[in-house]
Amino acid sequence: MIEGARWRRWIFFYIPLGFFILGLLFPFYWMVVTAFRPDAELYRPWMAPNYTPFWTLRPTLEHINYLLGETLFSRWMLNTLLISLAATLISVFCGLLAGYALSRLKFPFAGSLGTGIFVTYLVPQTLLFIPLADIIRNFRLGDTPWALILTYPTFLIPFCTWLLMGYFKAIPKELEECARIDGAPRWKAMVYIIFPIAVPGILSAGIFAFTLSWNEFIYALVFLSSPEQKTVPVGVTSELIRGDVFFWGPLMAGALLGSIPVALIYSFFVEHYVAGLTGSVKG
Amino acid sequence: MARVLIRRLNKRFDDVHAVKDVDLEIGDKEFVVLVGPSGCGKTTTLRMVAGLESISSGEVLIGDKVVNNLPPMDRDIAMVFQNYALYPHMSVYHNMAFGLKMRKFDRVEIDKRVREAADILGIQQHLHRKPRQLSGGQRQRVALGRAIVRHPQVFLFDEPLSNLDAKLRVQMRVELKRIHDRLGTTAIYVTHDQVEAMTLGDRVVVMKDGVVQQVGEPLELYNKPVNRFVAGFIGSPAMNFITVRVGELNGALAVGNEALQIALPGEIAARLRSRAGAEVAMGVRPEDLRVASPDDPVQSCFDAAVEVVEKLGSEILLDMQVGRDMLVAAVEPTVRAQRGDRLRLSLSADRLHFFDLATGSAV
Amino acid sequence: MAVPFALTEPRPYVGAPRRGPVTRLLEDERWLALALMLPTLVLLALFIAYPFVKGVELSVTDAKVGVPGNFVGLQNFSALASDSIFRTAVWNTFIYTGVTTVFKLALGLWLALLLNRHFKGKALIRAFVLLPFIIPTVLSTFAWKWMFDPTFSVINWTLYRLGLITSRINWLGDPGLAMTSVIIVNIWRGVPFYAISLLAGLQTINPELQEAAAIDGARPWQRFWHVTWPLLLPVTMVVVLFSVIQTFADFQLVYVLTGGGPANATQLFATYAYQIGVGTGLLSQGAAVSLAMFPVLLVVVIVQLLYIRRVETH
Repeated sequence: MIEGARWRRWIFFYIPLGFFILGLLFPFYWMVVTAFRPDAELYRPWMAPNYTPFWTLRPTLEHINYLLGETLFSRWMLNTLLISLAATLISVFCGLLAGYALSRLKFPFAGSLGTGIFVTYLVPQTLLFIPLADIIRNFRLGDTPWALILTYPTFLIPFCTWLLMGYFKAIPKELEECARIDGAPRWKAMVYIIFPIAVPGILSAGIFAFTLSWNEFIYALVFLSSPEQKTVPVGVTSELIRGDVFFWGPLMAGALLGSIPVALIYSFFVEHYVAGLTGSVKG
Repeated sequence: MARVLIRRLNKRFDDVHAVKDVDLEIGDKEFVVLVGPSGCGKTTTLRMVAGLESISSGEVLIGDKVVNNLPPMDRDIAMVFQNYALYPHMSVYHNMAFGLKMRKFDRVEIDKRVREAADILGIQQHLHRKPRQLSGGQRQRVALGRAIVRHPQVFLFDEPLSNLDAKLRVQMRVELKRIHDRLGTTAIYVTHDQVEAMTLGDRVVVMKDGVVQQVGEPLELYNKPVNRFVAGFIGSPAMNFITVRVGELNGALAVGNEALQIALPGEIAARLRSRAGAEVAMGVRPEDLRVASPDDPVQSCFDAAVEVVEKLGSEILLDMQVGRDMLVAAVEPTVRAQRGDRLRLSLSADRLHFFDLATGSAV
Repeated sequence: MAVPFALTEPRPYVGAPRRGPVTRLLEDERWLALALMLPTLVLLALFIAYPFVKGVELSVTDAKVGVPGNFVGLQNFSALASDSIFRTAVWNTFIYTGVTTVFKLALGLWLALLLNRHFKGKALIRAFVLLPFIIPTVLSTFAWKWMFDPTFSVINWTLYRLGLITSRINWLGDPGLAMTSVIIVNIWRGVPFYAISLLAGLQTINPELQEAAAIDGARPWQRFWHVTWPLLLPVTMVVVLFSVIQTFADFQLVYVLTGGGPANATQLFATYAYQIGVGTGLLSQGAAVSLAMFPVLLVVVIVQLLYIRRVETH
């Protein structure tokens, strides 16, 4: 609580908060305005007298139409969607199993394996992309979605494992013990009792993994070459620029549309997001 | 049929020897209580019978079948946990049905059994509810119901009443007893509460530090404890212990210290004769102490100073100073006493217990 | 409670249903653990461990695209040491990581403290604040690139209108300014992550501690420094260490904004590796650049592990 006079509240709270929000959200506003601004207005130098940056009087759908009609954007959306979904499913599945094993079972090397998984999270993609490109080519996966579907889990699984370990640790062990006495083999106790209780965690992990997949760039850039195979981030970067010329209108439209799926999921599941973020940091 | 044999059972956790050579025979339909302070090994023993802990050495037999290497699901037992362990995402009905589903019973049979058990326990109206919508007592009943539907060979109870408030505990205790009497299933019950042990058990097993101290019917433990620990554990308020020396009083064998002298009747005297001159621990239960009346023989009376008076309604507990010891006496509610009063107490010498000072075993 | 009847039917031992051999095997904790860990271990081994080893292998050869290489020892690394661009990239990366981390922490902490109060619309504001982190980096970076465009920049327009500048600022094309611009975008992207994580940390701090300190006479700054900050340290450490690793190995942002230019002013390890390995096809040298990151990351990871171990034993 800020005690004291009203003016203090304004100076120390409302104004700084306002600046933060303005700073954090302005680029998105700019993205939206540009996407609907006609080219004539778009390419008006800022020193020109009739530069109206913050709004447009003639919103147009021409960029979006161009995007959807003349480029492979819809294909890229589809690719990214499928790849992200597949990678998420694989990662959550693996994370679920590994998280359960590491948090609720006793077995040799459990500690080292846990640390090992933690450590791989910290081997960034930019360290591995060159040799990995080679390996992908050798496995004949180059330029296919599988190149990404199989490699994305490398940075998604550690995160999912961790997050789910936190959820599992909070479930009392008596529940499994009771299930086993009731007649369930260990694996059924895990599937029928523990997993349903961890559903919020599974949801958080899935949502986060989906967002991280959608956001990935360098693997997609290096492993995919044909325009039809590209994902949204790569497609927008490589196909909407001809030489030195940037097609800003479609580019911003692409950025806008490309952000929508993730933003949509986010808006429905904000709590799960925050839980996922804070869970991974605290746990 | 469904007796449980525990033979030379041991459990070691790293360097802690939690259960040491426990040998028990629990007969068919018997209700046996394992009781003792925290860390005495009673829960570990129970969990080994359940299959939740591996056995370091020894054997467990259920229904004459060695179950050491059988997983819990194959032992045909049911367990009720201290915090009920109800599956939070399932309704009461499905909680109770789970075990039967795991054993591949058909739906008709499952329904019949679940409703049967719900009837016995009075939880029919809760069948469609989730555990979080129930009170503690209701949850405990569901946990019981879950165990009952399986008609197992043995019931295992791990401090099931500890999470209930005092009144509910007493109520559930009586119900448990009634249900056991009706069902007649062998039961092993673990608790730290000696009242539960005494009221529920056909036989009681007192454990301390992983070792069985004494096994017997409740009254046997009460009247003939084999060592100081059992004597002090069973009975509430706990037995008083005074260090006394064995000597003579008017030609008869007696014990005493600077604050009191008690003559010993023949039988006890015979046991203590070999210890003449030595010190022993004398145990006397609060309920065996009373305010002296003129008729009481002098050689079983002594003086005490009242420190604290606790009025319970049904009796009065007097905390009193006798020489260097504090004693508790449980006396009639009609006694008038106040802090600072000096009272004369008498006891029945044939209800005294004596224990070796060093080993604690009964003399 | 009346017990109306007794279950007196004969009770033969209800044998357990037949369990298959796999079920029996999985009853053993260790076998079950193996089965559960296997998919993860296989994926990580194939796509992290194996590439890592291969990367090391590559870096000690002279392989190029389409040309398998021969072993050349540490030649690539010594070439890098005398490569001025590489040295610039190293320097840039450290500056980039250091400056952004300091600002992200300071601003993130400030924002977290602001959000830690109760006010109307808090949940909504918090949701909006996280957007820069949620929206795909490449896409939001393009928005920035457009905002920085020297001819059409809205930022320039604003500053011009406010009378702060008279000629154009070439945010991304001016070698002296490019790094600053890139740093700004990274900070913008990172502040939400810091803010929300630190906020979560703040929310676990018992408010009574603050109140007790206030009663004891501590002023807000003192309260923060002596009560809040020490309790926030564990979360802060984790967040900072995560962020440092991600920032050190950053690629997307710089690739989109400047590609490493102008004149290598914003060249980082990752962008240089990409330029050499993928751009010019000198695989082995590219791999060497990537691997050069490893010692630094290793130190960071070890510090974090040691810190976690220390926290856990307390």
